Amino acid sequence: MSTPAIEIEGLTKDYPVGFWRQRLRRSLDHLTLRVEDGEIFGFLGPNGAGKTTTLKVLMSIIFPTSGTARVRGKSIDDVRMHREIGYLPEQPYFYDYLTARELLEYYARLFGFGAADRRERVTRFLERVGLADAADLQLRKFSKGMLQRVGIAQAILHDPQVIFLDEPMSGLDPVGRREVRDIIHDLKREGRTVFFSTHILSDAEMLCDRVAVLVGGKLQGVGAPAEIVSMQVYAMEILFETQAGRVLPGSLANSATQIGGRYRVEVPEEQLYSILEELRGCGARILSVTPLRPTLEDYFFKLVARNKTAPQPEEAVSR
Amino acid sequence: MSAIPGIVAINTFREAVRDRVLYNLIVFALMMMGAAILVGEISIGIDRLVIINLGLSAISIFGLVMAIFIGVGLVYKEMEKRTLYSLLAKPVRRWEFLVGKFGGLVLTLAVNTLFMTLGLAAALFYVSRQFLRTDATILIAIYFILLELALVTAFALFFSCFSSPMLSTLFTLGIYVAGFFSADIRGIGTVTRSPAMQMTARVISYLLPNFRNFNVISAASHGDVIPFSLIWQNTAYAALYVALVLIAASAIFFGRNLK
Repeated sequence: MSTPAIEIEGLTKDYPVGFWRQRLRRSLDHLTLRVEDGEIFGFLGPNGAGKTTTLKVLMSIIFPTSGTARVRGKSIDDVRMHREIGYLPEQPYFYDYLTARELLEYYARLFGFGAADRRERVTRFLERVGLADAADLQLRKFSKGMLQRVGIAQAILHDPQVIFLDEPMSGLDPVGRREVRDIIHDLKREGRTVFFSTHILSDAEMLCDRVAVLVGGKLQGVGAPAEIVSMQVYAMEILFETQAGRVLPGSLANSATQIGGRYRVEVPEEQLYSILEELRGCGARILSVTPLRPTLEDYFFKLVARNKTAPQPEEAVSR
Repeated sequence: MSAIPGIVAINTFREAVRDRVLYNLIVFALMMMGAAILVGEISIGIDRLVIINLGLSAISIFGLVMAIFIGVGLVYKEMEKRTLYSLLAKPVRRWEFLVGKFGGLVLTLAVNTLFMTLGLAAALFYVSRQFLRTDATILIAIYFILLELALVTAFALFFSCFSSPMLSTLFTLGIYVAGFFSADIRGIGTVTRSPAMQMTARVISYLLPNFRNFNVISAASHGDVIPFSLIWQNTAYAALYVALVLIAASAIFFGRNLK
């Protein structure tokens, strides 16, 4: 069996809260996760779910209360592990007195690249993230989207095998988001593993081989987006038009909603044919019949709603 | 030997230069020019002494202000602005980052001091139209000031690993003042009959860095000979003290959860 790209076992992080009577607030609760080599893995969750905490622990920016993690078989405490990974922090901020080229040069030096290699890499990666024209501009003059691009460039500058991206689409316009999606796809084609956190579910559905959903610091589910939301049809959607002057039968008149000159109705799968017969009887023209399946978004909102109604044990852990 | 502290140090130096830290040199230059012209007008026979005293004191004070105020912000700024996140995701150990930051500020202070030394030399030449053999002691005094500044920087960095810039400034200033008077603290022990008090005063005075040892401004301005033994003793003392303070800072920073 090959070594997984990322192995997380029982990762827990408690933060002290309060001034006089300090208590512990659990922001990550026994997270266990395995990401295979070459996967695009989406780490989903609402704000405060523990996504950034997980990434900070993996980067040794903060230390776990308990649990362990390995990246490509190396412990996260091992500094050699950092040669094999790239990391884009959430809302990245860099030394604003440097230009984009100088910043990447600085980071490339830390990996020990020679002068010629550094120059070539920096130019190549600035082009790859669309910043070739802004290469010699000081970072203090960069927009949020441009900083995000620099952040992506510094994360992949040294050809890491595993790339961690914390909200990589945040702050980007639609064109920028598309470009980042393309970069992530390219990285996968090159055989790299991409682990990215997001709350933009459409990006996750579009990009990820597998996703994990985290709510309130707890893992709620892991799997391919299609697996996780089940392929079961919960209703059929019918779009239709009526002939001028014809009236809809009573049951349909109540349930159908009018959109422009068209009607839309959601019906249970077992009633589909009887409803179609009714529509044909009143001379309606059927435009489309679509099976409705729950989306990742539906699944996500259901989990968040469930978590909101459940008690919050992590708040009650006292020191 | 890791190259990373050196890379971080050069970047820290570049930050200081681009943050216009070296602009203080303009103030120094104006001060030395003013002093040189004024001294020529009012002092008879002691113009060299006044210029050397004034120049060395200014180098020391300007350096101290820089070491403390920039030193306490070195780590804090990186944490506050989260530039440290990207850096620590690279193969950079926390102690390498700290040593690099320390090295960068000491390099900045050294360059700053070098320019001030040139300014002092120019002012000295203006008032006496010559350099004397004894002026070499001025260079030794400047070297001691640099050692002192390195030690102050190490303390500023140490305190900034666990406290806010405001508190770190107060702590570093406190250490500097107490260290300057460490001999007097030892003296407190001699005026009390309590053995416990004597012991406490002695321990405190030995623990505090003895900053007075680095001050040879008066000797330099009078052209007195500074013994070679003092040069190597001060060098070894500063190197050892800086190493200990940086080890302590690294130990604290090693386990710190960043925001």
